[in-house]
Amino acid sequence: MNLRIDRLGGLRGALEKLGGYLLFSGRLLLATPVALLRPGLVVAQIYNAGALSLALIMFCGLFVGMVLGLQGADLLQRFGAEEALGPAAALGLLKQLGPVMAALLFAGRAGTALTSEIGLMAATDQLSAMEMMAVDPVRRVCVPRFAGALLALPLLTAIFITIGLYGAQLVGVQLLGIDTGQFWSQMRSAVELDDVAEGVVKSLFFALACASIAVFEGFHAQPTAEGVGRATTRTVVNSSIAVLLLNYVLTAFYLS
Amino acid sequence: MSLPSSPTATPSAADPGGAGVPVAAAPQDAIVSIAGLTYRVGRRTVFDGLDLSFRRGQITAVMGPSGTGKTTLLKLITGQVRPDKGQILVEGQDLGQLSRSGLYAMRRRMGMLFQNGALLTDLSVFENVAFPLREHTDLPERLIRHVVLTKLHAVGLRGAAWLMPGELSGGMARRVALARAIVMDPALLIYDEPFVGLDPISLGVVLRLIRQMNDALGITSIVVSHDVQEISAIADCSYLLSGGRVVASGRPEELRSSQNEIVRQFMNGMADGPVPFHFPAPDYASQLLARDPSARIDGSESTP
Repeated sequence: MNLRIDRLGGLRGALEKLGGYLLFSGRLLLATPVALLRPGLVVAQIYNAGALSLALIMFCGLFVGMVLGLQGADLLQRFGAEEALGPAAALGLLKQLGPVMAALLFAGRAGTALTSEIGLMAATDQLSAMEMMAVDPVRRVCVPRFAGALLALPLLTAIFITIGLYGAQLVGVQLLGIDTGQFWSQMRSAVELDDVAEGVVKSLFFALACASIAVFEGFHAQPTAEGVGRATTRTVVNSSIAVLLLNYVLTAFYLS
Repeated sequence: MSLPSSPTATPSAADPGGAGVPVAAAPQDAIVSIAGLTYRVGRRTVFDGLDLSFRRGQITAVMGPSGTGKTTLLKLITGQVRPDKGQILVEGQDLGQLSRSGLYAMRRRMGMLFQNGALLTDLSVFENVAFPLREHTDLPERLIRHVVLTKLHAVGLRGAAWLMPGELSGGMARRVALARAIVMDPALLIYDEPFVGLDPISLGVVLRLIRQMNDALGITSIVVSHDVQEISAIADCSYLLSGGRVVASGRPEELRSSQNEIVRQFMNGMADGPVPFHFPAPDYASQLLARDPSARIDGSESTP
């Protein structure tokens, strides 16, 4: 009986948190157009979330593309279809690997930084100080960071895909000797605008999830060292789950 | 709810030990009036029917043992938390009736100095002080620069304008926070433990600044502090809180000559007294000699 009550209490707590998260995300979204009126604040956050994640994204994009080239070429050669490596790499990166990998890396690099920064601001009374100066910390701190992350992730995804394609070409063409003309021409003929749109839409959804989770967890972190640590962990876990779940839903939607 | 006839703690209720003359702040003279304030955190009652007021133009010290609710009182006065019962009037406005925008408008007339300064760590000293001006005014950059440098000069840190908060000592950080707190020319300045962790020189500087700011700018100051000697040197009157109520009020020298046990213990820094040295615990000997090694340290029965 007690166990049931505990479970019900836990479920209620989880639903309350989910409701709080959705309300907070709505507040962030509504306030984002106003934040864009102060572009300096948003640009600074694009730099923090985007430019500072660039090296990681490029490095990982290159190696993901290279593995894709290596594995793809091996598989396709078994069926005598190695000329299809270009479209296979492009579609794989555009529709799945690019948006998902970039979002997961973003959650680990920029998301955790956002959460810990906002959490530490709360722990050191900086958010309370803003409240006392009659400045809404959600509008001044959370919204520019949310908007910056929202704009940065799609750009990082595009860079990830571009570098990934270069990596696949490097291994497939330069290393394994697949014809370079076939690699690029097949890619051009197979990839359509809808495929690109799918990648863009996915990266926008992932950006929305990662940015809102990171900011929500930071703003609601317990203002202690342990609380900030836990919030940072929750950011990575919840963002990863959200990205993978959304990816399935969006893929199913596009395939249907 | 109306204000009590005497805006401060009455001699019988507030000063059971006859600690001193109750602070005779007339309602029209009070910038902050608190009446019948009750505030609970969970099951714990922090304040139960608290009545007190702060006179305009004075430095009022709020003292009391740790955990007695001094910082909570500041949060209530600034509207960061809402009381369960009672009324808080700030400049005649009932905080409980104010909307969020009304509360923000009220806070623009207040300045608060946090215990650790609470400077924004991604902004320089100059930008920290300029922050309220940039957020609330459309002043031209030249005027902002003029105002900020004037305030920094007043706290002796004009030369540190381009340092980052991480490059400041604790005393300097608190002086910068003070400059930021006064940059909007508030009517009420609130200090939460401004002397904690300061060396004697920094402490002296902050003490002098609190007095100077109060007198030169004609503002009202509320200072929460444990540091009896230091705060007594500058306070015009003091409240001593304990057990969720005012146990004494008056001028510092009146509190010092009080015969009230709690007041004496606090003012003389005695380790034991009405506020016990030991946290409630089971019998010492029986706990040490307990045969059951799994007996919990709090003396309660161990779980099987």
